[in-house]
Amino acid sequence: MIPHVLNVVLFLPLIGAAAVMLARRNDNAARWTGLLFSLLTFILSLELFFAYDAANPAMQFVEKVSWIPALNVSYHVGLDGISLLLVMLTSFLTPIVLISSWRSISQKIALYVAMMLILETAMIGVFSALDTFLFYVFWELILIPMYFIIGIWGGKDRIYATVKFFIYTMVGSLLMLIAIIWLGYYATTLPGGVFTTDITQLFDIAPTIPMGIQGWMFAAFALSFLIKVPAFPLHTWLPDAHVQAPTGGSVILAGVLLKMGTYGLIRFNLQLFPHASLEFASFLSVLGVVGIIYGALVSMVQKDVKKLVAYSSVSHMGFILLGLFGVTVQGLQGGLIQMVNHGLSTGALFLIVGMIYDRRHTRMIEEFGGLARQIPIFSTFFMIVTLSSVGLPGLNGFVGEFLILLGSFQSDVLGSPWYVVFAASGVVFAAVYMLWMFQRVVFGVSRNPENEKIVDLNSREIGLLLPVVLFIVWIGVYPSTFLEKTEPSVQRVVEKLEKVQRGEYLTSSVSEQ
Amino acid sequence: MEQLLTDSLNTAPITGMIVLTLVVVMINALKKKPLSAEYWVSLVGIIANIALAVWVFPERGTAFAGSVMTGGFASVTAILFLTAAGLTLMLSRTYIEKVGANFGEFFHLILLATLGMMTFSSGVDLLVTFVGLELMSVPLFVLAGITRRNVKANEAALKYFLLGAFATGFFLYGIALIYGTTGSTKILEIVQNISAYKSEPLFLTGAGLMLVGFAFKIGAVPFHMWVPDVYEGSPTMVSAFMSTGAKAAAFSGLLLLFTATFDFTNSSMNTVLAVLSVASMIIGNVVALSQSNFKRMLAYSSIAHAGYMLIGITAGGGMSIAGVLFYLAAYILTNIGAFGIISIVENSDQTGTNIDDLRGLYERHPALSVILAVFMFSLIGLPPFAGFFGKYYIFVAAIESGYTWLTIVGVITSMISVYYYLRVVVVMFFQSSEQPVTVRFGAEGAFALAVATAGVLLIGIFPSMVLDWVNGLF
Repeated sequence: MIPHVLNVVLFLPLIGAAAVMLARRNDNAARWTGLLFSLLTFILSLELFFAYDAANPAMQFVEKVSWIPALNVSYHVGLDGISLLLVMLTSFLTPIVLISSWRSISQKIALYVAMMLILETAMIGVFSALDTFLFYVFWELILIPMYFIIGIWGGKDRIYATVKFFIYTMVGSLLMLIAIIWLGYYATTLPGGVFTTDITQLFDIAPTIPMGIQGWMFAAFALSFLIKVPAFPLHTWLPDAHVQAPTGGSVILAGVLLKMGTYGLIRFNLQLFPHASLEFASFLSVLGVVGIIYGALVSMVQKDVKKLVAYSSVSHMGFILLGLFGVTVQGLQGGLIQMVNHGLSTGALFLIVGMIYDRRHTRMIEEFGGLARQIPIFSTFFMIVTLSSVGLPGLNGFVGEFLILLGSFQSDVLGSPWYVVFAASGVVFAAVYMLWMFQRVVFGVSRNPENEKIVDLNSREIGLLLPVVLFIVWIGVYPSTFLEKTEPSVQRVVEKLEKVQRGEYLTSSVSEQ
Repeated sequence: MEQLLTDSLNTAPITGMIVLTLVVVMINALKKKPLSAEYWVSLVGIIANIALAVWVFPERGTAFAGSVMTGGFASVTAILFLTAAGLTLMLSRTYIEKVGANFGEFFHLILLATLGMMTFSSGVDLLVTFVGLELMSVPLFVLAGITRRNVKANEAALKYFLLGAFATGFFLYGIALIYGTTGSTKILEIVQNISAYKSEPLFLTGAGLMLVGFAFKIGAVPFHMWVPDVYEGSPTMVSAFMSTGAKAAAFSGLLLLFTATFDFTNSSMNTVLAVLSVASMIIGNVVALSQSNFKRMLAYSSIAHAGYMLIGITAGGGMSIAGVLFYLAAYILTNIGAFGIISIVENSDQTGTNIDDLRGLYERHPALSVILAVFMFSLIGLPPFAGFFGKYYIFVAAIESGYTWLTIVGVITSMISVYYYLRVVVVMFFQSSEQPVTVRFGAEGAFALAVATAGVLLIGIFPSMVLDWVNGLF
């Protein structure tokens, strides 16, 4: 047992970023320093996974230090089943991203590596913060490194994309800031209450907010998170950001940043505002279903592989949204595991698109064809990841989508099978657009003589895809390793919401009568 | 005699500043090449005065027959102005040589203005307040036009002087009306019957006229017309000092009169303040969007920031006082830093201050660009920089006083501001330029920038460092 292991995992990347900047004169030194720090972070985060007591649904590895006494803000972090896997996903993907950028990033390398490491600290911070103020600090801290990663190392329209990304996120988060302050203020209006931003205290306080205001609070948080997810119709920043970002940026964006939105919906919307959650559950589920179908249809007509993968994210994230707001244990469990799945599959897809782009400097589907014969190793990996994204049984995507559909089907909150009917059509569409794209790129005859010169994956590229594929298969075959860690915490969330539904948990305006 | 001595000791920062200013004037008169000596004496003097302000911090009370405040609020605001003056001096050293304003007067005018600010914010007799206002304004009029041969600077000085004179007139008229109602200029005497006076139309008119004077000095809409022209035309470091020191002084005055003593919270005056606040936030941020000149953009941004701070003044209460003072501390560090970087890259004829002139700065001067990016992010209000916590604290105060709608206007206008602050970062980091900018700064300037950056980060991450000083001042 390492003492204060969560603190170490949280701040080690930041220290790494400083170390990288010290080594900025030497490109290779910067790369290796960054990689070492991110690997060390991952190894230490394994301790979190193994030491986590699955039977206990409460926060674990808790650290609490008073920070700003005047506002009762403390540095308060901890993990439960909901955040544990996401922290693991972050620490797992960061070294992979750094390795994937080994050659493709050739300018301002130290800055790039440092930005990635700052991003890692901020992402782990978002998932582990137990104080709304601290959460907001990490949430906004994400923006700065991501802004530079897209803006400096991005494609042709990178400036437009990165400014759009920044402004979209700010719009949501500033309204959330008001809601965060208002929550703290609400605590002062209760008997003996003081201003507080402590999430574990707010879990008890916030659900008593009168329904009218609770709806507004819910909306302010949800807007911020739905932009991040991104849910239809707030998704328009995503294709721009994804397509313009460098490969590493896209992987982190799809792999982890989008999950901050769905994580926030569970941690804040479902847990703080249960009454409003039930009220808005159908609405958000409809948004989820619309996202599934819309994302799939738009993906189908894309000519650019990267854009196709970007739009497929909208579709996949729609599934997760549906899973969360069915408010069943299966649905939430499915949503959580699907967050990890999407991080792995879509992350890997972006890596693969990056690899082919490095070789051919194009991502247009029509430029390829017949790659299976040319570069078999590449094509094999591509196939596994594509099938995982489609949701083939035996691979990870199936587990998540199945649980989500099952959960929504059984959901009393939604109370209608139509959600599942429409959502399931998304699975079919996914098969269409993914497999059709795969067929045109990998099979058939080459449509461009340039393809003849492509070389297959080198050992570095194989090395970074292998661990991802390992987890894709692992989750597909034996998801219990991960699901058993999350279940008690998920159960606790659902139980609270069920209590609310049965009318056992009242808002203050009702209980006063 | 003994009383005089205690009073002078308790107001040590002001006394010290008077002595310092006189010494520097004498150096200017007696030495042939006074610049270097004046600079070092001023700088050491300012640091000594900061130490004095810290030393008398616990001596809360009044001195000189209840006309000047000592300790507490007076100390805190003095530290703010002295910090602004110190940073301005360090960054000006190379700058005034570049633009040909290397007269010895430059330093002692800054010192005089600082003395005026300190008098202004610690005066609890309206006449002392007025003397402070004049002592602060007149040197700034001169400083605005200190590059005599520059047309724009002349225009700025004249404009500032004429409009400033009007504002002073309003202010003085307000004092006269208040004296007419209450028969006293001593704030502490007026406060004893304040609830009765608050229903007197004459008193309210007087306070309203004083508010016009304040609004002019802080650059709140609709009294903001001078701000862009003056900030753009004046030598950059003078703009830096005006936008931070003078603004901080005016806000301290507002805090002292409108929030801490007269306490206009929950009166019709609050509606006026709220309107000023909303108008400043909207006009400042929206007009800033279309500026291509960096100094002009910062001028509109400073109007917007006056709007954010006015949220705190409107909300009232001890928390707002602490919040506004924190915001001022953050704003002083950030803005002097930002103007300082403009002064470093601008040409000797005071051109080259467009945002596009910073194109590709990162390639050539990475440290400067990173620092300027930090300042821009802090002005946007992104954590973990100081600007974020300033906004947060003021918003908490406003929501607790029931002004949630004002904070919503505040965040919406902040979203607008993201665009123009980001443009500076875009230009520096994401674009490149054929013509390299010429950069000129001395060791002192670099040191001042380092101090400002460290300050923005430190008080952003550990706001308690400042909060412990500014909480519970009244």
